[in-house]
Amino acid sequence: MIQALNNTLFRRLGDGVFVTMIASILAFLYLPVIVLIVFSFNDSSSLTLPLSGFTWKWYQSVFANEDLLRALRNSFYVASLATVLTLVIGVPAAFALDRLNFPGKTLFRRLVLLPLVLPGIITGISMLNLFKLMGFSLSLETVIIGHATALLSVVVTQVFARLQRLSRSYEEAAADLGARPWETFFLVILPNIRSAMIGSALLSFTLSFDEIPVTFFLTGRDNTLPMYIWSTMRRGLTPEINAVGTLIIAASLVLIVLSVSLLKADDER
Amino acid sequence: MKGFRLDRLPGLAVLSAPLVWAVLFLFIPYLIIFTYSFWLKKYPTFIPAFQFGNYAQIFADPQYYQVLLRTGKIALMVTALSLLLAYPFAYFLVFKVKSSRVRSLLYMAVIAPLWVSYLLRAYIWKTILGSEGVLNSFLVWTGILSAPTDLLLYNQFSMVVTLTYIFIPFMVMPIFTALEKIPRNLVEAAGDLGVTPWGALAKVIWPLSLPGVIAGATFTFCLTFGDFIAPMLVGGPDGVMIANVITSQYGAALNWPLGSALAVVLLIIVLIIIELSDRLQRKDRIGLG
Repeated sequence: MIQALNNTLFRRLGDGVFVTMIASILAFLYLPVIVLIVFSFNDSSSLTLPLSGFTWKWYQSVFANEDLLRALRNSFYVASLATVLTLVIGVPAAFALDRLNFPGKTLFRRLVLLPLVLPGIITGISMLNLFKLMGFSLSLETVIIGHATALLSVVVTQVFARLQRLSRSYEEAAADLGARPWETFFLVILPNIRSAMIGSALLSFTLSFDEIPVTFFLTGRDNTLPMYIWSTMRRGLTPEINAVGTLIIAASLVLIVLSVSLLKADDER
Repeated sequence: MKGFRLDRLPGLAVLSAPLVWAVLFLFIPYLIIFTYSFWLKKYPTFIPAFQFGNYAQIFADPQYYQVLLRTGKIALMVTALSLLLAYPFAYFLVFKVKSSRVRSLLYMAVIAPLWVSYLLRAYIWKTILGSEGVLNSFLVWTGILSAPTDLLLYNQFSMVVTLTYIFIPFMVMPIFTALEKIPRNLVEAAGDLGVTPWGALAKVIWPLSLPGVIAGATFTFCLTFGDFIAPMLVGGPDGVMIANVITSQYGAALNWPLGSALAVVLLIIVLIIIELSDRLQRKDRIGLG
């Protein structure tokens, strides 16, 4: 009796401890985000409590800030082109790694996947060296090449995983029916790896949009959005950054929902 | 039998672009860093040479090896704190939450911050911990402190908190996956044999989840080790890390050879850790049959 009571008490206590723990971890993750959002609507230029009243003015100043809007456009330009490049290079690379044998394959695999595990600063300075040596001047285009190189690994790993699960019998059937290799590739394989491609494209777009370490070394006069925000926040903190941040979080939420539903579509296959 | 036979020409066509890219933008740049690391600084630029002076300087000058040691220490603290928070969380999700909907929702809640800008996540802590920040003003407002303290920001404490906040999803993901793979009947069998829940955790669950723990620790450690943004935002003079030193060698100090040598050292440390973690995970798998 006492033993049983002890056991339930113990379990209750244990569960209580766990629930508190989970709640505090979630608080650790989300309270700061709430703080960021709340201060983007706070009518005071200092980020201190108590709150002083509601305002839209930080959002208005964001949309009136020409430098910021230019940086935003630059980021869209860089992230879009970098994503296209990662797909154009990454999908054939994943395909070659999965289905082809060629000398130096192991070295090729290691090289392509290396930026996934290496700190961004290594990719950044190594490409800075190259561009300086070749006499290129730094610009948004060098940033695009840098991002594409760093994020190639994201596309390759995702598409490679999908290709490995793809049964070879489709391709055999296509070949038996007289399809040429490139027809098989475009009409049979590509449609089957579409969700992996879209998913990894979304991921590399997001990562490129947010990238700093590589951009830091490869950009010229033009700034991307994170670089612009960073240079602003090194001068001082303003609620305007909170407003930009809140907008970025809203955009991220849309992307999360998109990618989760894409993953689900993939599971139902 | 290979399922898909590519003729020689299409095979080459598929491979050529990625291969050229990998050689031009990965292989050659790494080779350049490696070469530069043996060159000599000569104001205002640097000249070709083959000497180990840059490496000697890194390991002889306390200014450099102490930064390396500090980077290692901070990366270890971040890894330990992340593990301390992530493991109970993942354990609770896998073994205590009954509804699979709640479980995936809570899992998403931890992973979702990865999609929110890295920079923002570092910035948030700067606004919270600063002497003119949210936490300080809260403490003064509620009367807990009589005046704002500057003990919260620009030190190793703020670095560890911020980096843990940024990288903890990388710890939760592999641990969660490892725990989910553990067959439930093993845990139940332990219970039937009279092992207490804590005993089952220590003797069954923890050893089986080790590959996930190792993977998570490797991610967290390596990501922290090469970071230079968070130190610039929330680290003070004693928060300078190895990547910051590389940045300044490539920037104001204009000593690319030394910067390259530091980058090679950073690269080798990261690669050794990844290799070790690979071996450990493989050994674990074999050990468990």
